[in-house]
Amino acid sequence: MDARLPSTRPRPTLAVWKFASCDGCQLSLLDCEDELLAVAGALDIAYFAEASSTLRPGPYDLSLVEGSITTAQDAERIRAVRAASKYLITIGACATAGGIQALRNFADVNDYIAAVYATPAYISTLATSTPIAAHVKVDFALHGCPINKTQLLEVISALLAGRKPDIPNESVCVACKRRGTPCVMVAHGTPCLGPVTRAGCGAICPAYQRGCYGCYGPAEAANTAALAAAWIALGADRTSLHRAFRSFNAAAEPFRKESDAHGDENHPG
Amino acid sequence: MSPTAPPGPDAQTAPVLLDRAGLQALVDALVARGFDVIGPTLRDGAIVYDRIADLAALPAGWTDRQEAGRYRLERRADAALFGYAVGPQSWKRFLHPPEETLWRARRQDDGFTITPEPPSPAPFAFLGVRACELHAIAIQDRVFLGGAHRDPGYAARRQGAFLVALNCGTAAGTCFCASMGTGPRAESGFDLALTELIDAARHDFLAVAGSEAGAALLAVLPTRPAGPEATAAAEAVLARTEAGMGRHLDTNGLKERLQANPEHPRWDEVAARCLACANCTLVCPTCFCTSVADHTDLAGTEATRVKRWDSCFTADFSFIHGGSVRASGKSRYRQWLTHKLAHWIDQFGSSGCVGCGRCIAWCPVGIDITAEAAAIRAMPGKAVGEGKGGNA
Repeated sequence: MDARLPSTRPRPTLAVWKFASCDGCQLSLLDCEDELLAVAGALDIAYFAEASSTLRPGPYDLSLVEGSITTAQDAERIRAVRAASKYLITIGACATAGGIQALRNFADVNDYIAAVYATPAYISTLATSTPIAAHVKVDFALHGCPINKTQLLEVISALLAGRKPDIPNESVCVACKRRGTPCVMVAHGTPCLGPVTRAGCGAICPAYQRGCYGCYGPAEAANTAALAAAWIALGADRTSLHRAFRSFNAAAEPFRKESDAHGDENHPG
Repeated sequence: MSPTAPPGPDAQTAPVLLDRAGLQALVDALVARGFDVIGPTLRDGAIVYDRIADLAALPAGWTDRQEAGRYRLERRADAALFGYAVGPQSWKRFLHPPEETLWRARRQDDGFTITPEPPSPAPFAFLGVRACELHAIAIQDRVFLGGAHRDPGYAARRQGAFLVALNCGTAAGTCFCASMGTGPRAESGFDLALTELIDAARHDFLAVAGSEAGAALLAVLPTRPAGPEATAAAEAVLARTEAGMGRHLDTNGLKERLQANPEHPRWDEVAARCLACANCTLVCPTCFCTSVADHTDLAGTEATRVKRWDSCFTADFSFIHGGSVRASGKSRYRQWLTHKLAHWIDQFGSSGCVGCGRCIAWCPVGIDITAEAAAIRAMPGKAVGEGKGGNA
């Protein structure tokens, strides 16, 4: 442990912030287990409410931001987080794409409030759920629902070393092929979002003979229309296409556009 | 096998016959000689290559039915062990693995020390290498070993490998090795070559050696002489397979035609269907592209350099200062197809395609390299630089 960063240099400070989210991505940090001591050794954890009630004021060298912006208060709070942070990295589908709660963007949020809460008048919320990058400058985005802990450690390690993080933008197919998983679309006729989804999860679902659910959002250059045509050829109906593209990353533009192309749940294309 | 041996017929011994027990004896002999024996086996609805110790692991009685974007296992009427064409993987997975650590470095008080990765453990023996795959291995030999910059990891794995080839007894709907001149007969580049002979009366393997190592191994196996009837039966197997090719690629003048048509409208048309998912390149037994990434640990004391499969279909792969050279799906597909079928000839002296059909079957949207090449041949977009030999 004594061979790490020179002791004359103070450890960079880390803050972890939660906005509208399930906490799953923050848990990925706590889930580091074997590496957690190394994280605490390399970074001075100054603000991490999920882990410690000791919350120190900023500024911070690195802020990890989980969750989306769904309230006017949070729209203000993220500006304060940005102002207090040297680097701001968004973690997870909520922070990078608006999350599952961005389904409200396609509906009237007051209908949801009335359906969910006993006293709707107590609820003050925005009509939309938006990603952090819609509000402040983001230095790096780590995708996934939830994020992958190996990728999180890679980004932190890269930042500490002053190098580019090794987080490829390739499709899940690349991960399946490296792993040696036969394609579930070709070998079984199972509809899969892998060809248009960003890698990062390790291609878990196809390894268990399930189609990809698109947890990591659109891959670079995702040709969703071509994949949708292939799903239809495999017998998928437009309602299932609509729903497949309208999940954790529903508001990510390529997925939003493709889900819109297949109508809505009550009126499939 | 010497991986640098020029292509051409190797000295082959007179054919002999092995029965099923004799084939098991071959596997046993390879294991006993310290080889890591890799052969075909069923997994996740496909025939993949994996470690085997017993013939029971082979896909007895199974075949594969393949079309563009579609692969299905089906039962055969017999118990043939090699009664399929090719699966999603190729031997590239072992000779040119998906991920390889090149070296590790550790920080010291006064600098750092580099530890190279230990060489590969046991040498590989491959069981059931098809003619198209032998050609693919020969092509990767030229890529990795033929130039000024030899790949030491590939060289080590390739040098020690023992290749048991198999003359194909079945062709898939996606096969076109006959038109590429790469099969279905295993002509060279193997240590042993087998032809499976199966009918109501027998289940034998006609075997010939293609190297000294192959001949030495064959000499200790329980074989019996192969008469003219068995040799004729093996020829009939190859003739039937050749006649069963599901696809064809007319290569005459194709290089010039492709190189003369970078703006052909077909590139836009195929780009509309292409997912840019990279599957075609990763299943291709000759595609060799990799990227290299450096990793460091949290404490800043250890660094690792890894090499892994990459693809001309990713934006990162052609990313240079200022952006990606190939931003569009059109430019990526065009790069892949023209490199494979045209520029490869300029670069390495042969086509980069061996007609195995994997890119056709394993494309999730069924894009067919033979159809795309034929479309560009048949309908010139702009008749510039009509190459010599073009016959469209």
